[in-house]
Amino acid sequence: MSVFQEGDWLTEFLKKSLLEVQEYVKLCFAAIRGSVSRPFYPRDVMEQIDIIGLGSLTVVILTGFFTGAVLVLQSGMTLDQFGARPYVGRLISATMIKELGPVLTALMLAGRVGAGIAAELGSMIVTEQISALRALGTDPVRKLVVPRVLAGFIMCPILTVVANTVGMLGGWIMATSQLRVASSVYWTSVVDGLYLQDVWMGIIKPFVLGFVIVTIGCHVGLRTSGGTQGVGRATTNAVVAASVTVLVVDFFLTRLLISVLF
Amino acid sequence: MRYKTIADAGIPVELVEAHAPVVLFHKVCLAFDDKVILQDVSFSVRAGHTKIFLGASGAGKSTILKLMLGLLRPDSGTIWVLGHRVDQMNEQEMMGVRHHMGMVFQEGALFDSLTVGENVGYKLYEETQMPLDDVRQRVEEVLGFVGLSEHIDKAPSALSGGQRRRVAIARAMAAKPTLLLYDEPTTGLDPMTSLTVDAEIIKLRDLERVTSVLVTHQLRDAFYVATHSAAPSGNGQPKMAPATAAKIEEADFVMLRDGVVAFEGSADELRQSEDPYLKTFLS
Repeated sequence: MSVFQEGDWLTEFLKKSLLEVQEYVKLCFAAIRGSVSRPFYPRDVMEQIDIIGLGSLTVVILTGFFTGAVLVLQSGMTLDQFGARPYVGRLISATMIKELGPVLTALMLAGRVGAGIAAELGSMIVTEQISALRALGTDPVRKLVVPRVLAGFIMCPILTVVANTVGMLGGWIMATSQLRVASSVYWTSVVDGLYLQDVWMGIIKPFVLGFVIVTIGCHVGLRTSGGTQGVGRATTNAVVAASVTVLVVDFFLTRLLISVLF
Repeated sequence: MRYKTIADAGIPVELVEAHAPVVLFHKVCLAFDDKVILQDVSFSVRAGHTKIFLGASGAGKSTILKLMLGLLRPDSGTIWVLGHRVDQMNEQEMMGVRHHMGMVFQEGALFDSLTVGENVGYKLYEETQMPLDDVRQRVEEVLGFVGLSEHIDKAPSALSGGQRRRVAIARAMAAKPTLLLYDEPTTGLDPMTSLTVDAEIIKLRDLERVTSVLVTHQLRDAFYVATHSAAPSGNGQPKMAPATAAKIEEADFVMLRDGVVAFEGSADELRQSEDPYLKTFLS
């Protein structure tokens, strides 16, 4: 491959990447504008809250529970080396609420919700249902994207709180049954380990992550092309893009919140 | 805002005179990257008439419908629909024009998550404040028109291909459009089912006075729609019969070839054309 051909390939790649970013940002603004102006479809919002929120409850509970449980088992061994086993609750609460709760919940949602949205909207694109919506006088962003974004934005923090709670319960079961830490010691330690800033961090993050996951799913779904094969590709892309973006956004958000809150 | 009625929702139809073209294309060009889709395409469709676009796959037929509906924008040229220049309209303005239009998509494009009745009443229910009882009544009326009343509560996946197309026609006509666009409505259907879909197109045109634009490469269906008419009969079922010469004149054919208009004229002129490409296409 000549230098010129390599240059062409790079230019094309950069152009495509920039176009994707531009379209994604446009969709985000359109979704925000659609959330605060009419026409608004409240029935669809409730339906999406049910699908995204309640539908993800089982997977989030399981993830939170076993993460909390295994965290206690693993950290118990390390804390033993310093004779700090009673402090296991402090470690669990700080880790779950600040970091693992929001990130693991977001990753679960990226897998379940991001993939689902991309597949659904992608199928609607290839079967011309989106064009049919427009032909019937409905704005697809308001009808399809806004309800999903609002549902993700509202439900991700709630699911995160559930994951945190269940995680600490899982940790409590392991701490009392395996590490022989008294319940009162565990819960006192959980509360002692928490600061208001930690709670703020744990609450703010899932709002942003929920928005990111759903908008990526919608963006990838609405840009599907290439028939049923394209729908499969879009689903994979949505999960990968949303998962990686969750980790990247979490890093920058953590840095920002540390500088603001602490 | 949510609109009270469909009439309130759209931009008013503003034809300069009663017989002015409902659709007017003037030197419309469109290309995707290096591929030319349409080149200097000009034609007009008059109120109550039928325009039938023929052509091989990839000739640009469906693109013309998408341009009329504002789903695509031309690179150059002007497009007037129902008295409005739509090639310069933004999506929000275009919604107003679309309220007077209906489109039947190639595979029906019915919403999987809704029942047949919800699909048909979608526009009335979501985009107007029409009382639910009135919506239900209108849905039953149009489903009766296409002979599918008993399927109102079924999912689209439970219907046959022909029934899905007829539901798509019912959905497109539910809001009483002025202009109906059909994108290959009979492709993939058996001849008998195709005839029932053709009959719906003729009934809508002749009984509801809807201007029709039909895109197809099924010659039999194209000529059937052009040469037949529907009239009310005593038993409530419209009567299909060969059209009069004057009625046949109201159906125009346009043959597209590689994005260019290769022929425009009546059914008889198309049949008598000596153009080798047209003769091959018609053979």
